[in-house]
Amino acid sequence: MVDKTDPQATKRAASRRDFLKAGLLGGAAVAASAGVARAAGEPLITEIQDWNRYLGEGVDVAPYGKPSEFEANVVRRNVPWLTSDPVSSINFTPLHELEGIITPNGLCFERHHGGTAVINPADHRLMINGLVDTPLVFTMEDLKRFPRENRVYFLECAANGGMEWRGSQLNGCQFTHGMIHCVVYTGVPLRYLLEEAGVKTNGKWLLAEGADAAAMTRSIPIEKALDDCLVAFKMNGEALRAEQGYPLRLCVPGWEGNMWVKWLRRLEIGDEPWAQREETSKYTDLLADGKARRHTFVMDVKSVITSPSPQAPVTHGKGPLVISGLAWSGSGTIKRVDVTIDGGRSWQPARIDGPSLPKALHRFYLDINWDGSEMLLQSRAIDDQGLVQPTKNELRAARGENSIYHNNGIQTWHVNTDGVVENVEVS
Amino acid sequence: TSKGAFGLGRVAMADEIAAWDIDIRPDGTGLPEGKGTVAEGEPLFADNCAVCHGDFGEGAGRWPVLAGGQDTLLKDRPVKTIGSYWPYLSTVFDYVRRAMPFGDARSLSDDDVYALTAYLLYLNDIVDDEDFELSNENFASIRLPNEDNFIPDDRLNEPHYAKGLEPCMTDCKPGPVEITARAQIIDVTPEGEGDENT
Repeated sequence: MVDKTDPQATKRAASRRDFLKAGLLGGAAVAASAGVARAAGEPLITEIQDWNRYLGEGVDVAPYGKPSEFEANVVRRNVPWLTSDPVSSINFTPLHELEGIITPNGLCFERHHGGTAVINPADHRLMINGLVDTPLVFTMEDLKRFPRENRVYFLECAANGGMEWRGSQLNGCQFTHGMIHCVVYTGVPLRYLLEEAGVKTNGKWLLAEGADAAAMTRSIPIEKALDDCLVAFKMNGEALRAEQGYPLRLCVPGWEGNMWVKWLRRLEIGDEPWAQREETSKYTDLLADGKARRHTFVMDVKSVITSPSPQAPVTHGKGPLVISGLAWSGSGTIKRVDVTIDGGRSWQPARIDGPSLPKALHRFYLDINWDGSEMLLQSRAIDDQGLVQPTKNELRAARGENSIYHNNGIQTWHVNTDGVVENVEVS
Repeated sequence: TSKGAFGLGRVAMADEIAAWDIDIRPDGTGLPEGKGTVAEGEPLFADNCAVCHGDFGEGAGRWPVLAGGQDTLLKDRPVKTIGSYWPYLSTVFDYVRRAMPFGDARSLSDDDVYALTAYLLYLNDIVDDEDFELSNENFASIRLPNEDNFIPDDRLNEPHYAKGLEPCMTDCKPGPVEITARAQIIDVTPEGEGDENT
């Protein structure tokens, strides 16, 4: 930062910026001087840069930091034509720009049915009622006195990839696979809360309800509720983001995102499911014979190559190329990911790097030497239950094209000789 | 406080449970006392619903279609409505009372919701008498046409999930691989850099 009280410093900075602007005025000038630059050395090195001379911002400038301005393209995006209104709608995590397995909080995709509820945690209440010995009301303060767990889980929308059932449609893995995020949740095991109320022996189902304008409700089998569900108040160490259910959300590990009720305000125990709108009209999967599956809770074994991908083309030419991707399964960990560069004629195992946690994203890599020829890239995940990710054609043969939800078919990217990547399907 | 291991929370009072526990099950459990006719539902629908859902539940713009679509579930483009797809009438009452009108939820009285539910039955040709009155008494006797077409999750029975299948690693496809579909031809991906919602 320039000291504005020093006219000389201001003048020096201004002239330096003018010089840099002139230097950036077009590829032709850069190309014409390339030979000179090589001989004399790259100006980025041989000339003193602004950031090497002038002071940067102080520690009091950004109490809550943001990404570098040069990462401004790494944002959630929506597809306006997908829904009638942006309030009951979806946006997409920029998977093509992310690495590792943890999604930054501000980039976690959003799916609301009545917009983002804004709730002061002091005003929030969680009720447990129904087939319990003692119906209870908890405050957030109460909930933070129960023993806590930290768990890394993916949350995938049941409709992730739903637009691709009929064929390649959206050109980018942000749009075809980005209704997913994976964070470390901190919360109370749901069973502690249920035990506090005392579930009666005929209590077989749990209804979870949100406090938002959609009052989202889903029926959950009691076995799942007592197994690994969490009532979470933190994500990646900090409080839930408002759009992720602040101050309280349900985590239903491995199961479709719709069940992860946000702004969680009520848990009711019953002896049968409730057949709520989100488990009859929505989140049921129509098959080719006119029947529809309901209670399709688990998210199947799945993977996608995040780079190269349509939004992350190969710009560096031939030679070493990192193929990076994500794999996950609602049934457990990922045991193996295979990658093909020839559309599935031959496969080789990729390398899983980083933590391998159940019902969490896994990062895989295949490091290749690209010869500059066309490629048809695919990844195929296998989970620790032995389930193998199917092709889209196998899914269509079993279900038809109108299931909307649970599309975990293998994705193909076509890489052309210029490094441009396109979402395609192959025979 | 609770009698549980931690003694946290307090007992929920009857009025609190009544205020929040408004869910209804297919057998009618949870229905409030009340009633409403098709004829009473029609003006309520015109005033509160038709702007999005159309005068006859046909849907305005891209807003949800509530009526029609019977016999389309086997077609290329199914029209899934209350009449053609939904299994239970209880879901209609529950969801309308819980979350509609969009942007003004919980603004309808129980009798309003009975009348609107009766009108939606009429729009879907499930009742044909404008004097038909729906109430907590006769509610559970009404069945929707598609109730029997919902089945449990049997995904793991699909052939591609058969146990013990080892995926092919080499020489998996004879001949060249052909591209059969391309996203760029459809060209519906949002463009623009930097701003959300561009």
